[in-house]
Amino acid sequence: MASVSGGPAALSALFTGYTLGGYFDEMFEADGQPRPAYRALLARLLDLPVDDLRRRQREADAAFLQQGITFTVYGDKGGTERVFPYDLLPRILAHDEWDHISRGLSQRLLALNLFLKDVYTDGRILAEGVVPRELVITAQHYRREMRGLYHRADVRISVAGTDLVRLPDGSFAVLEDNLRVPSGVSYMLTNRQITKRVFPKLFTDYEIEPIDHYAQLLLGVLRALAPAQQSNPTIVVLTPGVFNSAYFEHAFLARQMGVELVEGRDLLVHDNIVYMRTTRGLQRVDVIYRRVDDDFLDPLAFRRDSSLGVPGLFNAYRAGNVAMANAIGTGVADDKAVYAYVPAIIRFYLSEEPILPNVPTYLLANDDDRAYALEHLDELVIKAVGESGGYGMLIGPHSTAAQRTEFRERILANPRNYIAQPTLALSGAPSFLDDGIEPRHVDLRPYVLCNGPDCTVVPGGLTRVALRRGSLVVNSSQGGGSKDTWVLSE
Amino acid sequence: MLSRVADSFYWVRRYLERAEHSARVILVHQRLTLDDPTNAVGRRLLAAVGEAPIGSSPRLELPNRAGVAGCVAAARDNARQIREQISSEMWEQLNSLYLGVRDAAHQEDGDAGSFMRSVIEGTHLFHGVTEATLTHGEGWHYMQLGRYIERATTTASMLEAYFPEPTTAEAAAKASIGEYAEWVGLLRACAAFEPYCRTYTADVTPERLIEFLLLNAECPRSVRFAADRIEDSLRAIARMHGREANGRPERFAGRLRAALNFGTIDEIMEGHLARYVASARKQCDQIHMALFQTYISYPIETALTR
Repeated sequence: MASVSGGPAALSALFTGYTLGGYFDEMFEADGQPRPAYRALLARLLDLPVDDLRRRQREADAAFLQQGITFTVYGDKGGTERVFPYDLLPRILAHDEWDHISRGLSQRLLALNLFLKDVYTDGRILAEGVVPRELVITAQHYRREMRGLYHRADVRISVAGTDLVRLPDGSFAVLEDNLRVPSGVSYMLTNRQITKRVFPKLFTDYEIEPIDHYAQLLLGVLRALAPAQQSNPTIVVLTPGVFNSAYFEHAFLARQMGVELVEGRDLLVHDNIVYMRTTRGLQRVDVIYRRVDDDFLDPLAFRRDSSLGVPGLFNAYRAGNVAMANAIGTGVADDKAVYAYVPAIIRFYLSEEPILPNVPTYLLANDDDRAYALEHLDELVIKAVGESGGYGMLIGPHSTAAQRTEFRERILANPRNYIAQPTLALSGAPSFLDDGIEPRHVDLRPYVLCNGPDCTVVPGGLTRVALRRGSLVVNSSQGGGSKDTWVLSE
Repeated sequence: MLSRVADSFYWVRRYLERAEHSARVILVHQRLTLDDPTNAVGRRLLAAVGEAPIGSSPRLELPNRAGVAGCVAAARDNARQIREQISSEMWEQLNSLYLGVRDAAHQEDGDAGSFMRSVIEGTHLFHGVTEATLTHGEGWHYMQLGRYIERATTTASMLEAYFPEPTTAEAAAKASIGEYAEWVGLLRACAAFEPYCRTYTADVTPERLIEFLLLNAECPRSVRFAADRIEDSLRAIARMHGREANGRPERFAGRLRAALNFGTIDEIMEGHLARYVASARKQCDQIHMALFQTYISYPIETALTR
């Protein structure tokens, strides 16, 4: 191993731009020594000329473009279809780190599923005042229409993608839950395939937990949701269509599971039964893995102007003739203001302390919190509670005075719609940037599959990386990229 | 199979077939123009495949390039709708064809000849990859139908455009050298010149040419060949659905096939050729409509009572 007394920058020309400090570095300890999980990767990198890395990066980029692994950027008239930038270097998690994350997420999802069942039926947690009733029923994604509906298999969240960040002390915290239609899992799977293709030798240095069984697990979860009388249920993936930003993923998952990928126009409801239109005539559908938001599912029940949905779908669902994953109304539990209560929700249902903490959060509907936040707009991150994908947020330290004024007005107009969080120093992971390796900020989105009370966290997840120097925004829609994520075997 | 998916399978290959025909006709047109700047026939053939006339300066064929690129883009849009149903190799081949065509379609200094050749080559590669990697199941049969209905329609349209008036053997005997070049051009536009020569030698006469493009059972570019494939695929789909092959699509296809199987060139030449090929073209349209009404856009009411 080369000397690291001068910090990473002294290792080789490749690391000239690599600085430490201010946040947790995934590869190096504070004294510049490589962390155990990264030692073998570092040794490989020090052996490789930079041209070799460039060649591999080009090979990977070409593979993504060729396979059409793209996403769509809204509000961008130019190339609406883009490749999700892929960073060559994997993010590596030690086995014990993962074990902690996995237990923490299982606990969290178990509690959130109980919470959803409760708020739409008995409302115990609201009656006891643990979560304010007002907060729940004013949540943008609360669905009154779901009140009193008991499911046979009482899992409301079947698939979750929870965003984690690593704080400066190296511990993980939950940044937000995605409980409606979390996306990105196809990138987790294809990133692994691409890394195997362009960097096969790395896999001989490590024992890595496999992730390829994700689709099989998902199929099992969907099967278990089928109405009782269906022993061989017909399962479909419902997509908004090719113009949706995650269409590639919808098609990918349908193919991996071996089920039909349908659009709203392929389905119709007759006498509360859902059918799809096939060349053989109409075929009954039992389970829908829907990648369409609640609002657009059924123009008769929700947004009337939706052309993506299926008229009558909601009634068929309420009648128990078709199951949906995730259930309608799960968005109330990933509301960013309800998020602040998740630790209390875990304690309430499970009588356990949360294994993974939240990030400190100010609810701007509360007078004290709001007063503090308005004073410190230049330090905080402000988020709209019902938004996702990095839209509708203000990052204080990177904002202009005009943006702050605009957000101040928006907050005062509708305080319930906003939360504030401290600007986090996200951890940095080594990223290859054409002429060298530098740290870039990353987060982690593992995917959780819930089958009854059993939650499975697929070992890995999507590591998103803010490829612009100094940027903290990792969303693909905002110029972020992604990395393959490895969990090491014991 | 979802009806929408069948629809996309059909159109992927139909649009690619159209792109290939247009590209080839444009290439032939350019070659003919070198010998004969007026080139009335080339313009008629262009019109037969729905292409705009080409001006004399190289820049003026940009709209044609855009037209061909548009067909490739439409094929890719349809493939994108069903990318979980087609093989990855098919998608990658079509996507790289699309990316190449998209970039080259607007380059004013680009060479139209190499552009058109790259489209033809790309569509051939796609067909090859399709045969080699896609299960020859229901989806493949819809692709066959899209491809051969387009081919039969186009070949018939070109014959119709080229021989608008009845042609007799006496007229053919007086053919000029210029006409000979045109006939060869027509055969080339249908990618049938070499097969023709192997069957009849390079002695091109209208009667043989028409017989070859219309009635030959082995030339993959003839209307007869296409009609045979159309009927085969319709019967195969009916069998897969456990139906007797006596529905409207099969009846229309059977009628067209029988007419081409049992028709003789003498009879056709005695009658009105243009009317004969126009009727073949209309029958292809009928088959298309019947196919869609049976499998793709059938009324819900009939499906519920089925």
